[in-house]
Amino acid sequence: MCDQTFMAITFGPCDNCSTTSPLMNIYIKNEPTNYCSFCVEMMACQGLLKGETLASLKNESESLKKKLEEERAKLHDVELHQVAEKIEVVSALSIKTRRVLKGHGNKVLCMDWCKDKRRLVSSSQDGKVIVWDGFTLNKEHAVPMPCTWVMACAYAPSGCAIACGGLDNKCSVYPLSLDKNENLAAKKKSVAMHTNYLSGCTFTNSDMQILTSSGDGTCALWDVESGQLLQSFHGHTADVLSLDLAPSETGNTFVSGGCDKKANVWDMRSGQNVQSFETHESDINCVKYYPSGDAFASASDDATCRLYDLRADREVAVYQKDSIIFGVSSLDFSLSGRLLFGGYNDYTINIWDVLKGNRVSMLFGHENRVSTVKVSPDGTSVCSASWDNTLRIWA
Amino acid sequence: MPSSFFFFFFAKMSGSSNLVAMKKVVQQLRFEASINRVKVSQAAADLQQFCMQNALQDPLLTGVSSSTNPFRPQKVCSFL
Repeated sequence: MCDQTFMAITFGPCDNCSTTSPLMNIYIKNEPTNYCSFCVEMMACQGLLKGETLASLKNESESLKKKLEEERAKLHDVELHQVAEKIEVVSALSIKTRRVLKGHGNKVLCMDWCKDKRRLVSSSQDGKVIVWDGFTLNKEHAVPMPCTWVMACAYAPSGCAIACGGLDNKCSVYPLSLDKNENLAAKKKSVAMHTNYLSGCTFTNSDMQILTSSGDGTCALWDVESGQLLQSFHGHTADVLSLDLAPSETGNTFVSGGCDKKANVWDMRSGQNVQSFETHESDINCVKYYPSGDAFASASDDATCRLYDLRADREVAVYQKDSIIFGVSSLDFSLSGRLLFGGYNDYTINIWDVLKGNRVSMLFGHENRVSTVKVSPDGTSVCSASWDNTLRIWA
Repeated sequence: MPSSFFFFFFAKMSGSSNLVAMKKVVQQLRFEASINRVKVSQAAADLQQFCMQNALQDPLLTGVSSSTNPFRPQKVCSFL
């Protein structure tokens, strides 16, 4: 059980009992109020209807779970690969390493592409965050972080800033300037504060908001300018390892996956957990939306990648092979959603046919675990980051 | 009055956090059970249609020539 504490951004008199203590921001009938944890519990107990006991609630939860299973099974009339039998197989891919980015002193843990399709940012265990030009291999910026294990990094949509964080439990935003001599570390802005390590961060559709996931079991939405917590998402019962925002056309949701083997879909405005999927047998390391936004894939330590359809509310495909026994750390879809690139702990990248369910190809080259795999914004290349201290661009 | 209030609460203390957690689980399950779902055949057909519609615009799938892909090495032209 992880240390799942709530984020207390205010400390003061409780709205109910007036004692001064860390306050939880809750909504009562859509009104935001601040209650101390004591009063929240009291209120929840009073909320119990007459005759509700622990036993009756347990029974209800069991029967609801069964009902959910039945509802989901009713609609399971066919498998995805059966529907896809009639389409052509993927023709042989000629994807090879085109660039090797060397420069990090230790394991590269995360990377992200810039919207201009050539720049990328990567973060490493040695505490350095480097901005590269993918075409020329030029290192444009290097930011030293005060902590080691910078596990998450993200490029702002405008290309003018980067966000990163890790063992420091924070997410910091650095504005990128054109002046190469500028000391970027001095302009650092701490935006997010969690009570455990930061595992993932991403900008929302603008530079103004950041979504973070943390080892404390929560995800949170922050305003970059003020550093204020806009919404928090509680529901995971263990570390959250990854999150992904829905493609912009489909609305304000995001998916998160964690060590509790669950992948949850959240509504960003209300903080509500709208759908939950639990079919993996081990920690979920990465979650990614399908390009249309109607489905998402997850990568897990159980050596499988799974595709979940949001409208059918169930798992529709499992990408696995008996010969693959190492966990998958990361995955990403190609532009059309037909190919799924998975970075594995056996140093390879497997390319799967999403519709037919078979493996199309493998990419060799890294000399240690692949930690992150990301397709470029225009779909022309894939970048992989590895524990062998390098990044590779494949096209 | 405050002392009896606290006494009442402490007597329930050990059970209350379980009840609260259970209540949350049940509420979440009720919410999840109520959403609308479509058949897998329909959902799968839509996923397939999306792939087919965008297949030609997917450079990694179709493979692009060296001249258009900035990452592929271009053939060097030499002046004779």
